[in-house]
Amino acid sequence: MTKNAASGATGSMNIKRGLAEMLKGGVIMDVVTPLQAKIAEDAGAIAVMALERVPADIRRDGGVARMSDPEMIEGIKAVVSIPVMAKARIGHFVEAQILEALGVDFIDESEVLTPADETHHIDKFAFTPPFVCGATNLGEALRRISEGAALIRSKGEAGTGNVVEAVRHLRNILGDIRKITQADNAELFDWAKKLGAPLPLVQEIQQTGKLQVPLFCAGGIATPADAALAMQLGAEAVFVGSGIFKSDDPAPRAKAIVEATAHFRDAKVLARVSRNLGAPMTGIGMDQINERYAERGW
Amino acid sequence: MTRGPAVGRTVGVLALQGAFFAHQIAFESLGQQTIQVRNEEDLGLVDALVFPGGESTAMSHLLRTSEMFEPIQARLSEGMPAFGTCAGMIMLSTAVIDGRHDQRSFGVIDIDVQRNAYGRQIDSFETDINVEGLHEPFHASFIRAPQVVRCGSGVSVLASLADSPILVKQNSVMVAAFHPELGVDSRVHAMFLEML
Repeated sequence: MTKNAASGATGSMNIKRGLAEMLKGGVIMDVVTPLQAKIAEDAGAIAVMALERVPADIRRDGGVARMSDPEMIEGIKAVVSIPVMAKARIGHFVEAQILEALGVDFIDESEVLTPADETHHIDKFAFTPPFVCGATNLGEALRRISEGAALIRSKGEAGTGNVVEAVRHLRNILGDIRKITQADNAELFDWAKKLGAPLPLVQEIQQTGKLQVPLFCAGGIATPADAALAMQLGAEAVFVGSGIFKSDDPAPRAKAIVEATAHFRDAKVLARVSRNLGAPMTGIGMDQINERYAERGW
Repeated sequence: MTRGPAVGRTVGVLALQGAFFAHQIAFESLGQQTIQVRNEEDLGLVDALVFPGGESTAMSHLLRTSEMFEPIQARLSEGMPAFGTCAGMIMLSTAVIDGRHDQRSFGVIDIDVQRNAYGRQIDSFETDINVEGLHEPFHASFIRAPQVVRCGSGVSVLASLADSPILVKQNSVMVAAFHPELGVDSRVHAMFLEML
């Protein structure tokens, strides 16, 4: 921890989780240019994820996907006043150091990029900015929290426009949390073993009935209804990657997803905002993809 | 100093975006029931309204698309008590420096506020502050916090940090640049209930 000009402590877990709290109920949008970043902010995004290619293009192009060019990240930081996030490869702590030096507000240690380490994730306590990490199940979420993640998101299957995997991951995580709150103390040891997660974190979940950090949805959201589905399942905010800027008409779709996320239980609002949005991204079925990004990370 | 819930009063928390749930937990720890306010119907049920932290640009946008700006403005002008933290302080202020061109504020407390004045997230910090009326220091989190750059003569300053007001009050409106809803100390929330 370091000292701020106003002589307070920066980079504490409270401050990291605090920013995640502020993002609740909002939409974080993937953007690849300053112009897209402005469209996202105008549409009511709570943050933007600055990257060179959206996941759908990474999937199409293949090859090694890495951290974005700092020039491009700075270009986006310069045009918006909302928080700017950026992605580092799993285990690539030097990419994370560079993002920290750029003053990025949140670092996504992301399976959408090609992993740099097949055993270790980044020690996220070593950094001042907060980290968000993906998870497919509760064990993975708790391992990331034990490494210092301030926010967990479902992995879903990025770049597909198909929400099925995100739904699976949210149900895995939230379903196991519900079961653990019903477990007796002796059963918690077995839960910790099965999940591959630290026992104290499992015990804490039994007491509080919720994850230690906010849980957001990511991976495959393409419509306002998808966003509301994730929220009704128990996600606290949504990331939209390819779903906005790979659709026919990004600005109205971005606005509609923002409204749907805020009013996720109000079917009348959902019906109103879902009208006349043009074609969503085409999307792909899970049987048509060569590589599942959700299997990256451990 | 801590008093029980405001009997028979309903406190609403604006729930379009941000840390509204944390405010509900803080009030409920004081025995004060709250409801989430997302539309005009919800607004009709409340006697006071809390404007939580979050992104003020996103909230301002949602107030417009949800057709909530005018109804809230009308209630505030009738004297409905209000409590704003961080983005909520920005929304209740008279003028916003570095806001978006289409960002509107309610102007029910005579202060001008600069957004993100303490810097980006890497500059966000926590520190102990002294609050008028509280015997022990309050541990306060400042997250991409706004700063009060002008404070009208009718505004009472309840806490300051490095000569900047961070907790201020005017009539039935109280605003904080920090986040009293994060953590387990609900003494600032109790101060707001005292105003009802």
